[in-house]
Amino acid sequence: MTSEAADSTQAVGTIAPAADPGFLQRHGATIEYLLIPGAALAGALVVFGIFVAMFGKNPLDLYFYMYYGAFGTWFSWQNTLTRAAPLILTALCTALPAQLGMVIIGGEGALLIGALTATSAALVLQGMPPLIVQIAMVCAGVIGGGLWIMLSGALRQFRGVNETISSLLLVYIALAILNHLVEGVMRDPASLNKPSTREIGAVNMIGSIPGTDVHWGLVFGLIAAIGAYILIYHTVFGFAARVAGGNIRAAKIVGLGVSRLILTICFLAGGAAGLAGMIEVAAVQGRTNANLAAGYGFTGILVAFLARQNPLAIVPVAILLGGISASGGLLQRRLGLPDASVLVLQGIIFVFVLASDALYGRIGFLKGKS
Amino acid sequence: MADGSIGLWTVPLAVLGGAIRVSTPFLFVSLGECITERSGRINLGLEGTLVMGAMSAYGISYLTGSPWLGVLAAGVAGALLGALHAGICSLPRVNDIAVGIALMLFGTGLAFYLGKPLIEPTAPRLPAIDFGWWSDIPQLRAALRINVMFLIGVALAPILYWAFRTTRWGLLIRTAGESSDAARAMGYSVLLIRLRATMVGGFLAGIGGSFLSLFYPGSWNEGLSSGQGITAVALVIFARWDPLLCLWASLAFGGAAALGPALQSVGVTSGYHLFNAAPYILTLAIMIVTCSPKRTLTGAPAELSITR
Repeated sequence: MTSEAADSTQAVGTIAPAADPGFLQRHGATIEYLLIPGAALAGALVVFGIFVAMFGKNPLDLYFYMYYGAFGTWFSWQNTLTRAAPLILTALCTALPAQLGMVIIGGEGALLIGALTATSAALVLQGMPPLIVQIAMVCAGVIGGGLWIMLSGALRQFRGVNETISSLLLVYIALAILNHLVEGVMRDPASLNKPSTREIGAVNMIGSIPGTDVHWGLVFGLIAAIGAYILIYHTVFGFAARVAGGNIRAAKIVGLGVSRLILTICFLAGGAAGLAGMIEVAAVQGRTNANLAAGYGFTGILVAFLARQNPLAIVPVAILLGGISASGGLLQRRLGLPDASVLVLQGIIFVFVLASDALYGRIGFLKGKS
Repeated sequence: MADGSIGLWTVPLAVLGGAIRVSTPFLFVSLGECITERSGRINLGLEGTLVMGAMSAYGISYLTGSPWLGVLAAGVAGALLGALHAGICSLPRVNDIAVGIALMLFGTGLAFYLGKPLIEPTAPRLPAIDFGWWSDIPQLRAALRINVMFLIGVALAPILYWAFRTTRWGLLIRTAGESSDAARAMGYSVLLIRLRATMVGGFLAGIGGSFLSLFYPGSWNEGLSSGQGITAVALVIFARWDPLLCLWASLAFGGAAALGPALQSVGVTSGYHLFNAAPYILTLAIMIVTCSPKRTLTGAPAELSITR
């Protein structure tokens, strides 16, 4: 009854009297941020179950194998975490510019360019101590990917070119550059069927976290996510970025350097995705070839939206979606589902998450918060 | 000449033929997107619609033996995806660009899922009309083997141009795109107008996809469309939301996309991948030249979120 009363007072626009500050009032927003995406995820799983049932598969088997393939065993956990590492970084590529109100969806392109520059650095520095090569690869990957997305940001700021479209076009251009170099000047003559660059060398690989098969990329991702969170929510720079994202005119009036904000944020965003490319080279592939275009950049967009562009929330969401893609192989083997079923599920989740945006502030029992 | 070797003339001829062949999907997607954007909403999901259209057309053509039924199925699949986009966008506080990205992933995934059994079989293709019968040069004849769909697309552009200017629904779409308040004041539902515009846009984009699988390249596989859909969306922006300019821009794009294979056919293989990226580079270059941070683009529907 109290909540209804609060509703009606809100509806007429009067200032609500200071009601008892109950648990829901204080934590309503947080509960909402957990409840609504959770419900969207559950809804998407139900719809996917129905979809699979139409093809004569048992949805309960589906859910079991998805859980088993993602989080059921230590082996599947390691597989999940290995896939989560690049997803955290490519999600940051969408989430950081989102603080400025920009929709960047070109993480895949920055990942490919980062992989190329990191590989080039390693090949140039062959013979140097591994630590130096690895540091150079990180720098090269971050700078390569960073400049790639910064291009989208600069085009937006200085030429008014829509950043969503330009960043996506840059994905295809990055893929063309990668194929051109890998089949041309950078080609290892020994790679016959699958054109690739030379290997960066086993000593230069970044290896696994001791006691696991999960590579160090996961730690890189965690550090980047925590760093991005601190940058956005606990520094003056991040505050300025969020002001500019909320109201660009207000930001200009108070004298914020909007150009500098856009270029820096886009560089950091692309740098994160470029780092993902470097990790895929230095921890998984050992060389650059077309295998790197595995769609991590596109799944990262979904991760960012599901995490509501919050850098810390990206970590669990990336693990969740890493788990979904890790279970893809098991679904193929045990249920005979095509490998694209992971894509379908991701698409359904994305649609549900966006549609659930309409629910914020409308759930009856959570109302009454200021 | 007699033995058909025409040397370097192969390249412009192949580009001409390519401009006609490759431009058709660009043309249909951009005309469809033109209708949607004129109503004040942007559908970035047409990349997914294109792939979904290609898959449904191939599947239905294979099952029924009629490629034209396949084209229809592609249109219906596109319209359904359009309805999904418009339906979600009708909810309050939902961003149409984000929904487009979601449907891009969803449409592509669904098409790959349902299209798995279609990679092997061969479906009946769309017929072509031989406009080059008067010539002895095989390359010219190949370039002039034109599909009816291209002609329909070419006819559609001026029809749409006329319809936007003079017909009742053309004016309604433009009103919804320029000022939703004005449309509402006249007693029309903006959401309903945009739903229909997005569905028609999806229908045309689906048909564009059917051309990919049923005529050129003429088979179904997962690498069929690589960004044609999103390029066509960008094309609408620099065609200034004008259906006639969409036609010329599509032709230019088709030519650019045909450059790589054309050069390869005369033995220029270095830079093959870079030439294949020509449409994307061209799109980006034209957007850089034509956009401006100072003013909104002339001709841009005022309600469109992407121009702001």
